Amino acid sequence: MSKRIDAIDFNVYYSKFLAVEGVNISIEPKSVTAFIGPSGCGKTTFLRTLNRMHEVIPGARVEGKLLLDGDDIYAPGVDPVSVRSTIGMVFQRPNPFPTMSIRENVLAGIRLNGQRISKGDADTIVEKSLRGANLWNEVKDRLEKPGSGLSGGQQQRLCIARTIAVEPDVILMDEPCSALDPISTLAIEDLINEMKDQYTVVIVTHNMQQAARVSDKTAFFNIAGTGKPGKLIEYAETSTIFSTPREKATEDYVSGRFG
Amino acid sequence: MTVTSPSSGLHDPRSAAGRAGDKIFSGTALTAGIVILAILAFVAVYLVVESIPALTAGEGELSHGKTSFWSYVWPMMIGTVIASAIALLIATPVSIGVALFISHYAPKRVSQAFGYVIDLLAAIPSVVYGAWGMAFLGPLLVPIYAWLSENAGWIPLFSGGYSQTGRTLFTASVVLAVMILPIITSLCREIFVQTPKLHEEAALALGATRWEMIKMSVLPFARAGIVSAIMLGLGRALGETMAVTLVLSPGALSANIINVGNQTIPSEIALNFPEAFGMRQHELIAAGLVLFVITLAVNMIARWIVSRHKEFSGAN
Repeated sequence: MSKRIDAIDFNVYYSKFLAVEGVNISIEPKSVTAFIGPSGCGKTTFLRTLNRMHEVIPGARVEGKLLLDGDDIYAPGVDPVSVRSTIGMVFQRPNPFPTMSIRENVLAGIRLNGQRISKGDADTIVEKSLRGANLWNEVKDRLEKPGSGLSGGQQQRLCIARTIAVEPDVILMDEPCSALDPISTLAIEDLINEMKDQYTVVIVTHNMQQAARVSDKTAFFNIAGTGKPGKLIEYAETSTIFSTPREKATEDYVSGRFG
Repeated sequence: MTVTSPSSGLHDPRSAAGRAGDKIFSGTALTAGIVILAILAFVAVYLVVESIPALTAGEGELSHGKTSFWSYVWPMMIGTVIASAIALLIATPVSIGVALFISHYAPKRVSQAFGYVIDLLAAIPSVVYGAWGMAFLGPLLVPIYAWLSENAGWIPLFSGGYSQTGRTLFTASVVLAVMILPIITSLCREIFVQTPKLHEEAALALGATRWEMIKMSVLPFARAGIVSAIMLGLGRALGETMAVTLVLSPGALSANIINVGNQTIPSEIALNFPEAFGMRQHELIAAGLVLFVITLAVNMIARWIVSRHKEFSGAN
């Protein structure tokens, strides 16, 4: 399953501070969308509102509509817990649960919701998810070892396996390669390419080459100055953004003139 | 050709001052370490030397016609351990619950106020707890003891009558529980708030509820710390003297915890040491040595429990 996301006149506040203003964007299913922009422009903030993860910060709130296949995830009565199990997230730094084995890490999301599954089913899910994250061959002989013993890149792929194990509709990635070396980064990028066959992938990245390599569409966020809200400046096909952008600011940014 | 002068960056004379600071610091740290070990050794040596007469005494040599030291100290060992165990059973779940409430559930202002109240509990002197247990909590528990004696009398713990004053081992345990509650709570709270945000978010992003998030990331992260906190609480419960002395009406070892009877080692020492001399004094010091060994054993077991799961602690 893969779902589309539509944000309509979407504002994000931290208490009284308007962090992101007036975002209108339509993210296609089964595609990779990259968010780029200078630090502090609100791209990560906006990404975290897509599965209501911003709510862990006290005072954070939103205005406007955010539709997942037409259903407003901020409608009254919508449980953020169920939103997050439909829209998974991979973080900047790999964060496998340190007290769990590799196998338990993959099953962590499944074990929530009080589901009981047979050992056979669990084995199937573990193998499928780890294969899906291109990690199976590296860890199949040490599934009972702690996840924190893996290398950074392997840990990040374990986190991806953990995310896809619950079969979400959308996968959000917040600079998933910024803590990784180039080889591990390449592995993750290959994986992102494969994942778009099944999922809607949204990735925040500081690396413009990465955005150009992995994404179908690119959204450029910018900020007018400190204390001003971040805005979505331009959203188009990745090839357009990197060759013939409509806005001057986008061109300056992608050509490395600032940021 | 240039000759490296001794005043180049590599030969900065000021760095000698830095080394002096290092020397002073490492010297202080070393001294502190040695002093701790020396004090511990002196206490241990004193306990052992003073205990030997009681430990080796044969029949007839001990005071009050006791047949052997072990038959004298054994009931009190059991009493001490039971009182501390009950106190831990009561205090641990409450403490962890309160600590979680403060760290993860309460709004910031409420949690701060709550934290102060818990710290206040720790500031109350133990003699006050003892007086409270004797004069207030004991009588309050008497109706419960009456009920237990009547309806749960078939359980050995509650069989054989109950105390009319409430000055029982169970009352003492409840007082101990209240006393160790702030220690366990504030340590657990400190550890819970240190849970990496990253792990909490990992759980939340998988669709965990708040309680599931706590089960998945906070409690596993804090487990070693919780064990240490419990051990510190246990250490206080095992060694607590004044409160037990005031609350408990001592007597022979008995399975019944709602009647008078039983005794703990610290309370026995406190009650009898002022008037003890000769062999009696040796007996009491030997009892103290036994308490020392129990506490040491408990701490070593706790360390072993913690280290057994080192691989999964997240420290790697």
